[in-house]
Amino acid sequence: MTDAITSSVLDVNLRARGNGPSLLLKGLRKAFADVVAVDGLDLEVKHGECFGLLGPNGAGKTTTIEICEGLTPPDAGTVELLGLSWATSAKELRRRIGIQLQETQFPDKLTVEETLRLFRSFFPRGISIDESIKTAQLEEKRNSRVGGLSGGQKQRLAMACALVGDPELLFLDEPTTGLDPQARRHLWDLVDQLKLAGRTIILTTHYMDEAERLCDRVAIMDHGKIIALGTPQQLIASVGGEHIVELVITGHREVDVALLTAIPGVQSHRVDAGMHQLTVRDLHTTVPLIFQSLTSQGLHLSDFRTHSATLEDVFVGLTGRNLRDE
Amino acid sequence: MNKLELSSLYQLTMVRFKLFLREPEAIFWIFIFPILLAVGLGIAFRNRLADVLQVGATTTQLTQALAADRGLAAKTVNEADGAHALATGDILLLAIQMPDGVAYKYDDTNPDARSARLVADRAIQAASGQHEAVHAENQLVHETGARYIDFVVPGLLGMNLMGSAIWGMGFAIVEARQKKLLKRLVASPMPRWQYLASFLLSRLVMLVIEVVAFLGFARLVFGVPFRGSILQLTFLCVLTSLAFSALGLLVASRAKTMEAASGLMNLVMLPMWILSGVFFSASRFPAVVQPVVRALPLTAAIDALRGNMLQGMNLGQMVAPVAILLAWLVVPFAVALRIFRWR
Repeated sequence: MTDAITSSVLDVNLRARGNGPSLLLKGLRKAFADVVAVDGLDLEVKHGECFGLLGPNGAGKTTTIEICEGLTPPDAGTVELLGLSWATSAKELRRRIGIQLQETQFPDKLTVEETLRLFRSFFPRGISIDESIKTAQLEEKRNSRVGGLSGGQKQRLAMACALVGDPELLFLDEPTTGLDPQARRHLWDLVDQLKLAGRTIILTTHYMDEAERLCDRVAIMDHGKIIALGTPQQLIASVGGEHIVELVITGHREVDVALLTAIPGVQSHRVDAGMHQLTVRDLHTTVPLIFQSLTSQGLHLSDFRTHSATLEDVFVGLTGRNLRDE
Repeated sequence: MNKLELSSLYQLTMVRFKLFLREPEAIFWIFIFPILLAVGLGIAFRNRLADVLQVGATTTQLTQALAADRGLAAKTVNEADGAHALATGDILLLAIQMPDGVAYKYDDTNPDARSARLVADRAIQAASGQHEAVHAENQLVHETGARYIDFVVPGLLGMNLMGSAIWGMGFAIVEARQKKLLKRLVASPMPRWQYLASFLLSRLVMLVIEVVAFLGFARLVFGVPFRGSILQLTFLCVLTSLAFSALGLLVASRAKTMEAASGLMNLVMLPMWILSGVFFSASRFPAVVQPVVRALPLTAAIDALRGNMLQGMNLGQMVAPVAILLAWLVVPFAVALRIFRWR
């Protein structure tokens, strides 16, 4: 798919970018009425990085990203984008960043091309309409009205509108929320291509697999704070084991958790809705020991699964909650 | 792309046109509806040839005397039937033979009945040999400009300018806000003033189409007069449209949902539909409410349009309504810009 895109579309000019970070947040704070949405946030995103803000709904991701986008003023703290601040360089920043907001509905009765033409006209420099349509793979929908597009196509149009100004820094707020799996993968491919072109991308998501797949580094947010920061691999490693063993036990006897955690190789244990979750470093040595232990306790196993640890497990490990618990 | 197509103001304005033209309902309400209304009213209130008034009399002698006047159609009825015919509106007047003369039974609050009384009396007096004390001669004229259609066309024009400006601004802006499009636009480098300016520009172009179509129709079909300066009429239309656009912007400046906007717009327009003299003269309202009625922008607009079209007045003779319209342009616009919510 990458080959389909001409390099001219995706090459971000190596224009004056200095060596500073693309995004720098210090002590960011924002409260709405009685809710503290962002609670003292520090963050640095390097040039060319694809950075993910990850967290459940209401964690403060959208507020954070909208403060970065200059749409919401923070109560306290500083925001620096590309070495510039909103207070002094709003006009220049607007031209150098690309934004895709959650929930924007473009006018149903305009066509894809007309919508892009409108957004392109706001930028003094940028890519051509043809290029933006090609990048978003909307060639066949060029003259279709927005109202007739699928959810994935609308989202790709929103992405194309964010790209028309050939931005150095791209903000994507929950780009795949509400899309079917195929449309999500389609959009991931698009983000991959933008990454390859060297753009700095900051995206929010509450899908852990999306963050793992797309992001170079991830910040996990909860209650307006960053509770973990690092590459997906680092964060997963921080869980203590690379694999998760899930088992369900039936019968009248209670499991002795101490016996489970005593098994060599089991890093941690928790119970979620009757399912025991063990983090394990080496499946091939530890799993037989788990079976032995269960048999010696006379427990009956009704379900047994293993999977590689994911960011989901990191979030569960850090907060004791599942990501999609509302 | 040429230079014009790269201009954001041009693109924003073109988008306004496209969105308007792709909304068939909007086209109907703005272009077709006023013409249909004018046709309907023109037919209903057309000036017929001098009406023949239906009257009754209790004797054949009286009937003959009445029938001698071309303005009357008379029939002979007994008094009871005549009273019934009066009550049901079959006749306007009943002439009753009395021992010492004649009695007229009619409703004096009905102008047609009062006319019938005068014509019937003249006919009966003439039949009994009375002659005119002063010689009189009738010179008949049918003057345009004094008909109901002439009165109502400037009213409909004003009403249409109000509706298209307020609906055009209000719905489009609130819809964009509700769909988070306004927020997306301000997140782009678009200069904010251009967004509002695109509404005014597209309004002005649409105004030309809608005014020319409506007035052209009124002129061709009904022969409605244009006695004032066309240039000044154009100025009045533009001023009216801008004043109502400012009001529309104010209505749309904070509303978050289409329902709220729709309610607000009706709240703003309803009093003017009733009070501002679209279909009948605003001077019919009691003196106490006149200051309020006069201060409404639609009253001012319609007064000025009628002054120009029907009386051939120039702007110098219409300082008051023009000043009122200017105030309605400046004040709501300033307030709207101050309180406008972009997200």
